[in-house]
Amino acid sequence: MTDFEDYGDIPAKRFMFVNRKAPYGTVYALEGLEVVLISAAFDQDVCIAFMDDGVFQLVKGQETQTVGMKNFSPTFRALEGYDIEKLYVERESLALRGLSEADLLVPVQVMDSAELGALMAEQDVVISF
Amino acid sequence: MLHIVNKSPYERNTLESCLRLARKGSKVLLIEDAVTAAVRGGDFAAKLGAAMELMEIYALVPDLAARGLKDRVLPGVRLVDYGGFVDLAAENKPVQSWL
Amino acid sequence: MKFGLMINEGPYTHQASDSAYQFALAALAKGHEIERVFFYHDGVNNATKLTEPPQDDRHIVNRWSKLGADHGIDLVVCVAAALRRGIREENLAKGFRISGLGQLVESGMQADRLLVFGD
Repeated sequence: MTDFEDYGDIPAKRFMFVNRKAPYGTVYALEGLEVVLISAAFDQDVCIAFMDDGVFQLVKGQETQTVGMKNFSPTFRALEGYDIEKLYVERESLALRGLSEADLLVPVQVMDSAELGALMAEQDVVISF
Repeated sequence: MLHIVNKSPYERNTLESCLRLARKGSKVLLIEDAVTAAVRGGDFAAKLGAAMELMEIYALVPDLAARGLKDRVLPGVRLVDYGGFVDLAAENKPVQSWL
Repeated sequence: MKFGLMINEGPYTHQASDSAYQFALAALAKGHEIERVFFYHDGVNNATKLTEPPQDDRHIVNRWSKLGADHGIDLVVCVAAALRRGIREENLAKGFRISGLGQLVESGMQADRLLVFGD
Protein backbone atom coordinates (compact mmCIF):
# COMPACT_ATOMS: atom_id res chain seq x y z
CA MET A 1 0.00 0.00 0.00
CA THR A 2 2.72 2.44 0.93
CA ASP A 3 5.43 3.17 -1.59
CA PHE A 4 8.68 2.46 0.19
CA GLU A 5 10.82 4.60 -2.00
CA ASP A 6 14.06 6.17 -0.92
CA TYR A 7 13.39 9.60 0.53
CA GLY A 8 16.90 9.92 1.87
CA ASP A 9 17.58 13.13 -0.01
CA ILE A 10 14.59 14.95 1.49
CA PRO A 11 15.12 16.27 5.01
CA ALA A 12 12.41 15.27 7.49
CA LYS A 13 9.57 17.71 7.81
CA ARG A 14 7.57 18.68 10.87
CA PHE A 15 4.02 17.35 10.53
CA MET A 16 1.20 18.25 12.91
CA PHE A 17 -2.10 16.40 12.77
CA VAL A 18 -4.86 18.43 14.36
CA ASN A 19 -7.85 16.52 15.76
CA ARG A 20 -10.87 18.68 16.48
CA LYS A 21 -13.75 16.23 16.19
CA ALA A 22 -15.31 13.71 18.55
CA PRO A 23 -15.08 10.02 17.62
CA TYR A 24 -17.91 7.88 16.12
CA GLY A 25 -20.29 10.71 15.14
CA THR A 26 -18.17 11.20 12.01
CA VAL A 27 -15.34 9.20 10.48
CA TYR A 28 -12.73 11.97 10.70
CA ALA A 29 -11.17 10.76 13.97
CA LEU A 30 -10.75 7.18 12.74
CA GLU A 31 -9.49 8.01 9.25
CA GLY A 32 -7.29 10.74 10.73
CA LEU A 33 -5.65 8.16 12.97
CA GLU A 34 -5.00 5.99 9.90
CA VAL A 35 -3.01 8.86 8.35
CA VAL A 36 -1.02 9.27 11.56
CA LEU A 37 -0.12 5.56 11.57
CA ILE A 38 1.03 5.65 7.94
CA SER A 39 3.10 8.77 8.54
CA ALA A 40 5.21 6.77 10.99
CA ALA A 41 6.66 4.81 8.05
CA PHE A 42 8.18 7.95 6.54
CA ASP A 43 10.49 8.99 9.38
CA GLN A 44 9.08 12.48 9.62
CA ASP A 45 8.87 14.60 12.76
CA VAL A 46 5.24 13.93 13.69
CA CYS A 47 3.06 15.32 16.45
CA ILE A 48 -0.67 15.16 17.11
CA ALA A 49 -2.74 17.94 18.62
CA PHE A 50 -6.11 17.35 20.25
CA MET A 51 -8.36 20.32 20.76
CA ASP A 52 -12.05 21.22 20.77
CA ASP A 53 -14.13 18.03 20.53
CA GLY A 54 -10.98 16.16 19.46
CA VAL A 55 -10.15 15.71 23.15
CA PHE A 56 -13.07 13.26 23.37
CA GLN A 57 -11.08 10.85 21.20
CA LEU A 58 -8.75 10.23 24.14
CA VAL A 59 -11.34 9.65 26.87
CA LYS A 60 -10.89 6.37 28.80
CA GLY A 61 -13.54 3.68 28.87
CA GLN A 62 -14.98 3.89 25.37
CA GLU A 63 -17.42 1.01 24.81
CA THR A 64 -18.75 0.74 21.30
CA GLN A 65 -20.43 -2.69 21.27
CA THR A 66 -23.94 -1.29 21.47
CA VAL A 67 -23.45 1.20 18.61
CA GLY A 68 -21.98 -1.59 16.52
CA MET A 69 -18.81 0.32 15.64
CA LYS A 70 -15.18 -0.57 16.14
CA ASN A 71 -13.55 0.92 19.22
CA PHE A 72 -10.35 2.39 17.84
CA SER A 73 -9.25 4.15 21.00
CA PRO A 74 -6.76 1.39 22.00
CA THR A 75 -4.77 2.37 18.91
CA PHE A 76 -3.76 5.59 20.66
CA ARG A 77 -1.93 3.45 23.22
CA ALA A 78 -0.04 1.75 20.38
CA LEU A 79 1.29 5.01 18.92
CA GLU A 80 4.34 4.88 21.17
CA GLY A 81 5.37 1.70 19.36
CA TYR A 82 5.36 3.67 16.14
CA ASP A 83 7.63 6.29 17.71
CA ILE A 84 4.80 8.79 17.73
CA GLU A 85 5.16 10.20 21.21
CA LYS A 86 4.24 13.85 20.87
CA LEU A 87 0.58 14.08 21.81
CA TYR A 88 -0.53 17.58 22.72
CA VAL A 89 -3.86 18.46 24.29
CA GLU A 90 -5.20 21.98 24.64
CA ARG A 91 -5.96 22.80 28.27
CA GLU A 92 -8.88 25.13 27.49
CA SER A 93 -10.66 22.47 25.41
CA LEU A 94 -10.40 19.92 28.23
CA ALA A 95 -11.65 22.32 30.90
CA LEU A 96 -14.56 23.52 28.80
CA ARG A 97 -15.73 19.93 28.39
CA GLY A 98 -15.49 18.94 32.04
CA LEU A 99 -12.44 16.76 31.46
CA SER A 100 -9.00 16.58 32.98
CA GLU A 101 -5.74 14.84 32.11
CA ALA A 102 -6.72 11.93 34.44
CA ASP A 103 -9.64 11.12 32.13
CA LEU A 104 -7.37 10.40 29.17
CA LEU A 105 -6.20 6.95 28.09
CA VAL A 106 -2.65 7.87 27.14
CA PRO A 107 0.01 10.16 28.57
CA VAL A 108 -0.18 13.54 26.86
CA GLN A 109 1.33 16.96 27.19
CA VAL A 110 -1.34 19.45 28.20
CA MET A 111 -0.66 23.00 27.07
CA ASP A 112 -2.55 26.24 26.77
CA SER A 113 -3.80 27.77 23.52
CA ALA A 114 -0.86 30.11 23.14
CA GLU A 115 1.68 27.29 23.49
CA LEU A 116 -0.18 25.07 21.07
CA GLY A 117 -0.56 27.97 18.63
CA ALA A 118 3.17 28.62 18.80
CA LEU A 119 3.93 24.95 18.12
CA MET A 120 1.53 24.93 15.18
CA ALA A 121 3.27 27.92 13.65
CA GLU A 122 6.59 26.04 13.75
CA GLN A 123 5.37 23.16 11.57
CA ASP A 124 6.01 22.51 7.90
CA VAL A 125 2.77 20.67 7.26
CA VAL A 126 -0.46 20.90 9.25
CA ILE A 127 -3.31 18.53 8.46
CA SER A 128 -6.60 19.00 10.27
CA PHE A 129 -9.27 16.35 10.69
CA MET B 1 1.48 31.32 9.11
CA LEU B 2 -1.80 31.22 7.20
CA HIS B 3 -5.02 30.04 8.82
CA ILE B 4 -7.92 29.16 6.52
CA VAL B 5 -11.43 29.05 7.93
CA ASN B 6 -14.40 27.83 5.89
CA LYS B 7 -17.28 27.63 8.35
CA SER B 8 -19.72 30.29 9.51
CA PRO B 9 -18.99 31.31 13.12
CA TYR B 10 -22.75 31.35 13.61
CA GLU B 11 -22.80 27.60 13.03
CA ARG B 12 -19.45 26.24 14.25
CA ASN B 13 -16.64 27.19 16.61
CA THR B 14 -13.95 26.89 13.94
CA LEU B 15 -13.19 30.60 13.64
CA GLU B 16 -13.15 31.05 17.42
CA SER B 17 -10.71 28.17 17.79
CA CYS B 18 -8.56 29.61 15.04
CA LEU B 19 -8.47 33.06 16.65
CA ARG B 20 -7.69 31.49 20.06
CA LEU B 21 -4.58 29.79 18.68
CA ALA B 22 -3.43 32.17 15.95
CA ARG B 23 -0.39 34.15 16.96
CA LYS B 24 0.26 37.83 16.48
CA GLY B 25 1.21 38.52 12.88
CA SER B 26 -0.69 35.51 11.52
CA LYS B 27 -2.93 35.76 8.52
CA VAL B 28 -6.49 34.47 8.59
CA LEU B 29 -8.35 33.83 5.35
CA LEU B 30 -12.14 33.43 5.39
CA ILE B 31 -13.50 31.27 2.56
CA GLU B 32 -16.78 29.51 1.76
CA ASP B 33 -19.35 30.01 4.58
CA ALA B 34 -16.75 31.67 6.83
CA VAL B 35 -17.09 34.89 4.84
CA THR B 36 -20.31 35.44 6.82
CA ALA B 37 -18.07 36.38 9.76
CA ALA B 38 -16.93 39.47 7.89
CA VAL B 39 -20.38 41.02 7.48
CA ARG B 40 -20.42 44.41 9.18
CA GLY B 41 -23.02 44.81 11.90
CA GLY B 42 -22.98 41.07 12.49
CA ASP B 43 -22.41 39.75 15.99
CA PHE B 44 -19.03 38.36 15.01
CA ALA B 45 -17.76 41.58 13.45
CA ALA B 46 -16.66 42.94 16.86
CA LYS B 47 -14.56 39.83 17.52
CA LEU B 48 -13.06 40.11 14.09
CA GLY B 49 -12.34 43.80 14.70
CA ALA B 50 -10.42 42.90 17.87
CA ALA B 51 -8.49 40.18 16.03
CA MET B 52 -7.50 42.68 13.35
CA GLU B 53 -5.37 44.52 15.90
CA LEU B 54 -3.10 41.47 16.04
CA MET B 55 -3.37 39.80 12.66
CA GLU B 56 -4.45 40.34 9.08
CA ILE B 57 -7.93 39.15 8.20
CA TYR B 58 -8.70 38.32 4.56
CA ALA B 59 -11.95 37.28 2.89
CA LEU B 60 -12.38 35.57 -0.47
CA VAL B 61 -14.38 37.85 -2.78
CA PRO B 62 -15.89 35.11 -4.99
CA ASP B 63 -17.41 33.52 -1.87
CA LEU B 64 -18.71 36.90 -0.64
CA ALA B 65 -20.14 37.65 -4.09
CA ALA B 66 -21.83 34.26 -4.37
CA ARG B 67 -23.63 34.95 -1.10
CA GLY B 68 -24.61 38.53 -1.91
CA LEU B 69 -22.26 39.88 0.75
CA LYS B 70 -19.64 41.64 -1.34
CA ASP B 71 -20.71 45.14 -0.32
CA ARG B 72 -21.34 44.36 3.34
CA VAL B 73 -17.80 43.70 4.49
CA LEU B 74 -16.44 45.06 7.75
CA PRO B 75 -13.81 47.77 7.06
CA GLY B 76 -10.29 46.48 7.62
CA VAL B 77 -10.99 43.04 6.16
CA ARG B 78 -8.72 42.61 3.14
CA LEU B 79 -10.36 41.28 0.02
CA VAL B 80 -8.69 38.70 -2.23
CA ASP B 81 -9.66 36.62 -5.24
CA TYR B 82 -8.40 33.06 -5.87
CA GLY B 83 -5.14 34.51 -7.16
CA GLY B 84 -4.74 36.34 -3.85
CA PHE B 85 -5.53 33.09 -2.03
CA VAL B 86 -2.70 31.41 -3.96
CA ASP B 87 -0.32 34.26 -3.06
CA LEU B 88 -1.21 33.99 0.64
CA ALA B 89 -0.58 30.25 0.56
CA ALA B 90 2.71 30.71 -1.27
CA GLU B 91 3.98 33.46 1.02
CA ASN B 92 3.06 31.93 4.36
CA LYS B 93 4.09 28.72 6.07
CA PRO B 94 2.60 26.59 7.40
CA VAL B 95 -0.98 26.64 6.19
CA GLN B 96 -3.66 25.25 8.48
CA SER B 97 -7.20 24.65 7.26
CA TRP B 98 -9.51 24.71 10.26
CA LEU B 99 -11.90 21.91 9.35
CA MET C 1 6.14 26.68 -6.15
CA LYS C 2 4.84 23.13 -5.79
CA PHE C 3 1.41 22.73 -4.19
CA GLY C 4 -0.16 19.53 -2.94
CA LEU C 5 -3.91 19.54 -2.37
CA MET C 6 -6.05 17.28 -0.20
CA ILE C 7 -9.81 17.04 -0.71
CA ASN C 8 -11.82 15.51 2.10
CA GLU C 9 -15.42 15.85 0.97
CA GLY C 10 -17.46 14.53 -1.91
CA PRO C 11 -18.65 16.68 -4.81
CA TYR C 12 -21.81 18.79 -4.74
CA THR C 13 -22.62 18.35 -1.01
CA HIS C 14 -19.69 20.47 0.14
CA GLN C 15 -17.85 23.32 -1.56
CA ALA C 16 -14.46 21.76 -0.76
CA SER C 17 -13.87 20.24 -4.19
CA ASP C 18 -14.98 23.47 -5.93
CA SER C 19 -12.72 25.63 -3.77
CA ALA C 20 -9.77 23.31 -4.39
CA TYR C 21 -10.44 23.40 -8.13
CA GLN C 22 -10.60 27.20 -8.26
CA PHE C 23 -7.43 27.36 -6.17
CA ALA C 24 -5.72 24.95 -8.58
CA LEU C 25 -6.76 27.01 -11.61
CA ALA C 26 -5.46 30.21 -10.05
CA ALA C 27 -2.21 28.58 -8.95
CA LEU C 28 -1.58 27.17 -12.43
CA ALA C 29 -2.38 30.57 -13.98
CA LYS C 30 0.35 32.06 -11.80
CA GLY C 31 2.88 29.50 -13.01
CA HIS C 32 2.82 27.30 -9.91
CA GLU C 33 2.70 23.53 -10.06
CA ILE C 34 -0.01 21.31 -8.57
CA GLU C 35 1.97 18.14 -8.02
CA ARG C 36 -0.81 16.01 -6.58
CA VAL C 37 -4.42 16.11 -5.49
CA PHE C 38 -5.15 13.53 -2.82
CA PHE C 39 -8.76 12.48 -2.26
CA TYR C 40 -9.63 11.24 1.24
CA HIS C 41 -12.69 10.57 3.43
CA ASP C 42 -15.82 11.17 1.28
CA GLY C 43 -13.53 13.06 -1.09
CA VAL C 44 -13.02 9.74 -2.88
CA ASN C 45 -16.47 10.28 -4.40
CA ASN C 46 -14.92 12.93 -6.64
CA ALA C 47 -13.42 10.07 -8.61
CA THR C 48 -16.38 8.02 -9.79
CA LYS C 49 -17.15 8.01 -13.47
CA LEU C 50 -20.79 7.20 -12.67
CA THR C 51 -21.35 10.85 -11.72
CA GLU C 52 -23.96 12.54 -13.89
CA PRO C 53 -24.96 16.05 -12.83
CA PRO C 54 -27.80 17.93 -14.56
CA GLN C 55 -26.66 19.50 -17.83
CA ASP C 56 -26.69 23.06 -16.52
CA ASP C 57 -24.41 22.18 -13.59
CA ARG C 58 -20.63 21.87 -13.49
CA HIS C 59 -19.23 18.35 -13.90
CA ILE C 60 -16.91 18.21 -10.94
CA VAL C 61 -15.44 14.78 -11.77
CA ASN C 62 -14.74 15.44 -15.45
CA ARG C 63 -13.34 18.84 -14.56
CA TRP C 64 -10.67 17.19 -12.37
CA SER C 65 -9.95 14.57 -15.05
CA LYS C 66 -9.37 17.29 -17.63
CA LEU C 67 -7.28 19.51 -15.36
CA GLY C 68 -5.19 16.49 -14.43
CA ALA C 69 -4.59 15.58 -18.07
CA ASP C 70 -3.90 19.15 -19.18
CA HIS C 71 -1.37 19.88 -16.46
CA GLY C 72 0.05 16.50 -15.54
CA ILE C 73 -1.52 16.51 -12.08
CA ASP C 74 -1.40 13.25 -10.15
CA LEU C 75 -4.97 12.56 -8.99
CA VAL C 76 -4.73 10.02 -6.18
CA VAL C 77 -7.65 8.36 -4.42
CA CYS C 78 -6.97 6.73 -1.05
CA VAL C 79 -7.48 2.98 -1.40
CA ALA C 80 -8.83 2.31 2.10
CA ALA C 81 -11.24 5.26 1.98
CA ALA C 82 -12.29 4.31 -1.57
CA LEU C 83 -13.02 0.66 -0.86
CA ARG C 84 -15.09 1.63 2.19
CA ARG C 85 -17.25 3.77 -0.10
CA GLY C 86 -17.52 1.54 -3.15
CA ILE C 87 -15.00 3.35 -5.33
CA ARG C 88 -12.80 0.86 -7.21
CA GLU C 89 -10.88 0.52 -10.46
CA GLU C 90 -14.07 -0.43 -12.36
CA ASN C 91 -15.81 2.87 -11.69
CA LEU C 92 -12.80 5.15 -11.52
CA ALA C 93 -12.97 8.23 -13.78
CA LYS C 94 -10.20 9.00 -16.27
CA GLY C 95 -6.93 10.27 -14.90
CA PHE C 96 -7.49 9.17 -11.30
CA ARG C 97 -5.50 6.38 -9.69
CA ILE C 98 -6.02 4.45 -6.48
CA SER C 99 -3.12 4.25 -4.08
CA GLY C 100 -2.18 4.27 -0.43
CA LEU C 101 -2.26 6.92 2.26
CA GLY C 102 1.50 7.10 1.99
CA GLN C 103 0.93 9.22 -1.12
CA LEU C 104 -0.56 11.94 1.09
CA VAL C 105 2.39 11.95 3.48
CA GLU C 106 4.72 11.93 0.48
CA SER C 107 2.90 14.95 -0.94
CA GLY C 108 3.43 16.75 2.37
CA MET C 109 7.13 15.93 2.12
CA GLN C 110 7.59 16.85 -1.52
CA ALA C 111 5.31 19.85 -2.01
CA ASP C 112 6.26 23.31 -0.77
CA ARG C 113 2.75 23.63 0.65
CA LEU C 114 0.03 21.09 1.35
CA LEU C 115 -3.47 22.62 1.44
CA VAL C 116 -6.47 20.81 2.84
CA PHE C 117 -10.02 21.39 1.63
CA GLY C 118 -12.84 19.80 3.60
CA ASP C 119 -15.93 20.29 5.69
